[in-house]
Amino acid sequence: MSGETGLTRSATIAVLVENEAGVLARVIGLFSGRGYNIDSLTVAAIDEDRGRSRITVATRGTEQVIEQIKAQLNRIVPVHRVADLTAEGPHVARELALIKVVATGEPRGQALQIADAFRAKIVDTTIESFVFELTGSTDKIDAFLDLMRPLGLAEISRSGVAAIARGTRTII
Amino acid sequence: MNAVTPSAELPLSGAQILLRALKEQGVEVIFGYPGGAVLPIYDAIFQQNAIRHILVRHEQAAVHAAEGYARSTGRVGVVLVTSGPGATNAVTGLVDALMDSIPVVCLTGQVPTHLIGNDAFQEADTVGITRPATKHNYLVKKSGDLARIVHEAFYVARSGRPGPVVIDLPKDILINPAPYVEASREAHRSYRPRTEPDRAQIDKAVALIRSAKRPILYVGGGVINAGPEASATLRELVAETGIPCTNTLMGLGTLPASDPHFIGMLGMHGTYEANMAMHGCDVMLNIGARFDDRVTGRLSAFSPGSRKVHVDIDASNINKNVVVDVPIVGDAGVVLRALLDAVRAEGARPDRTAMAAWWRQIDAWREKRSLDFVQPREPGSIIKPQHAVRRLYELTQQSGRDTFITTEVGQHQMWAAQHFGFERPNRWMTSGGLGTMGYGLPAAMGVQIAHPDALVIDIAGEASILMNIQEMGTLAQYRLPVKVFILNNQYMGMVRQWQELLHGGRYSESYSQSLPDFTKLAESFHAVGMRATTIDDLDRVILEMIKCDRAVIADIAVDQGENVYPMIPSGAAHNEMLLGPDKSRNNAEVTNAGMVLV
Repeated sequence: MSGETGLTRSATIAVLVENEAGVLARVIGLFSGRGYNIDSLTVAAIDEDRGRSRITVATRGTEQVIEQIKAQLNRIVPVHRVADLTAEGPHVARELALIKVVATGEPRGQALQIADAFRAKIVDTTIESFVFELTGSTDKIDAFLDLMRPLGLAEISRSGVAAIARGTRTII
Repeated sequence: MNAVTPSAELPLSGAQILLRALKEQGVEVIFGYPGGAVLPIYDAIFQQNAIRHILVRHEQAAVHAAEGYARSTGRVGVVLVTSGPGATNAVTGLVDALMDSIPVVCLTGQVPTHLIGNDAFQEADTVGITRPATKHNYLVKKSGDLARIVHEAFYVARSGRPGPVVIDLPKDILINPAPYVEASREAHRSYRPRTEPDRAQIDKAVALIRSAKRPILYVGGGVINAGPEASATLRELVAETGIPCTNTLMGLGTLPASDPHFIGMLGMHGTYEANMAMHGCDVMLNIGARFDDRVTGRLSAFSPGSRKVHVDIDASNINKNVVVDVPIVGDAGVVLRALLDAVRAEGARPDRTAMAAWWRQIDAWREKRSLDFVQPREPGSIIKPQHAVRRLYELTQQSGRDTFITTEVGQHQMWAAQHFGFERPNRWMTSGGLGTMGYGLPAAMGVQIAHPDALVIDIAGEASILMNIQEMGTLAQYRLPVKVFILNNQYMGMVRQWQELLHGGRYSESYSQSLPDFTKLAESFHAVGMRATTIDDLDRVILEMIKCDRAVIADIAVDQGENVYPMIPSGAAHNEMLLGPDKSRNNAEVTNAGMVLV
């Protein structure tokens, strides 16, 4: 499609859906079936009373592709609302990561110092290891991981991006 | 759609509830094939008379029959198949209906809920498999949801951009008692298709019409789906403004072929005047079409000088392939009415002098007579396939019968689209988006069920017809007088044509070896077989076929070497079309980029 040319941008898209079986598969199938990127994807029920879940997809593409993604998401029958948080104004986006570093001696001390600078929490420790909990932007977590890599980075678990608009605006 | 008000009546089984819901939805016919998982439904069908069941010979055909029924009536077609292979066989038909926006509800059997996921006998993950093959699908897990889901499925199938919907029905849900609820009048919780256009966008479109010097209407299947009134409004708009109108394959019949403003089908095998007018227009009004790659040719060279209005009920079609100036999301019929009213109220007609010049230009393009062919007239001459379609058109017209045409897929389909004139909507059933060989015979079956007294003809090729030939048995069982008109060139003609033009004439696997004797085949299925081998037989065979009150296979031997022209070669622009074999030699250069677009 002609959307392959032109500048690409990233977009954080919030999708409010009916909390029913198969709805996540519909969203993921749409991305894989039409060849769109998924940088990260999170999903959880947010509203038990009304039976809704919120899916947050971090994606990228040309403006035309992102418009397509939103239009295609809107076509899914159990989708209530699609919001392009990136385009619709300022928003906060956060990721949580659990990071295991296995190290002793000098690297162990360095890892601890860096974790302190990033305000990572230590949620588990042994003589030879730490599990750090770090919350922040995707960039911040990437930077932390880069620093930990030479110090004994052993395992990573990331939540993917959760995002919400700043101020009084809501998408509910 | 969601509020449930259980009625206080004796409990019925799930299968009985299902039939009651179908009846409330106005269903009169189901196309289906039984099997273990759906036996409770067949038992319930046996014990009632309101809904008729048509037993097909293959589940794919059930869906195509429902499509033919739906497209010729504007109603939802209904399919019933069993679990596992019943459901997987239906998938081709579902994707076909999805691509061509045909409303179908397909009921699939499923193993009982406690066995789901156990690799039970005839189990398949039907909702998983059909998720990308449908507009929406449901697995009924609770008896209490059954009736609501059936009503909702019909609403989803027919509203907005229509499409196929699957309801997967575990056997225990069909056997256990279930409550009945009537269709709710409340809005659906999340699905709310938009049909009313934005007024400001209508005004912009009308301003473009007023300013246009070389406007064109490019009209697709959305206008068919909007109902016959939409086609009637289109006629009025054309008469009011004098704007030339071209149709997509799916849009044929929206404007009568005999209307002087009709400039033929556009696209890969469209007329010279339609494609040149698309290329040269200054304002394009796309009503219910989706800028398909068979229509646009090379996108970078597509109608470079025009301002484009795009009317589509599906917002995801806007700016998908072609970026437009005035998008209008809404029902094609509602939008056409709004445009017509505004044009009339404001007198917003294009400039008369400019339009006269535009029509002179179009008439000059028409002079190329791009659909012409040479049919030798000497006795014993071989029949040109285009001539066969022309004569079929002329002789059916003379018969005065209401005629419905279905097709298979390939050269014969394009010749039918080019040479058979359609005066009304809902008379032309063809597999446009998916291009499903084997569509035409079962679709014709569905049309004939809906229109028992009409003349229903499947224009077929000898290769395509074999893909669902078993449905001759269904024709016999229900005494459906469908006519199968085979343009027999002993080749998968469109494949052969591409191989000739793009692959050095290496006809790899495209020759139809070991064909059956179609007249004997017809007879073995209790139908009438006829054959025309030369021009001398053609009219007689067509007239006999039309007159015959039984199913017919007419095997028409046609010129094997004939290609479909005109043609926009792959990767070329509208103004680079080939008019015939002589001119193709000047344009033998086809790039790899173009080849992949085939």
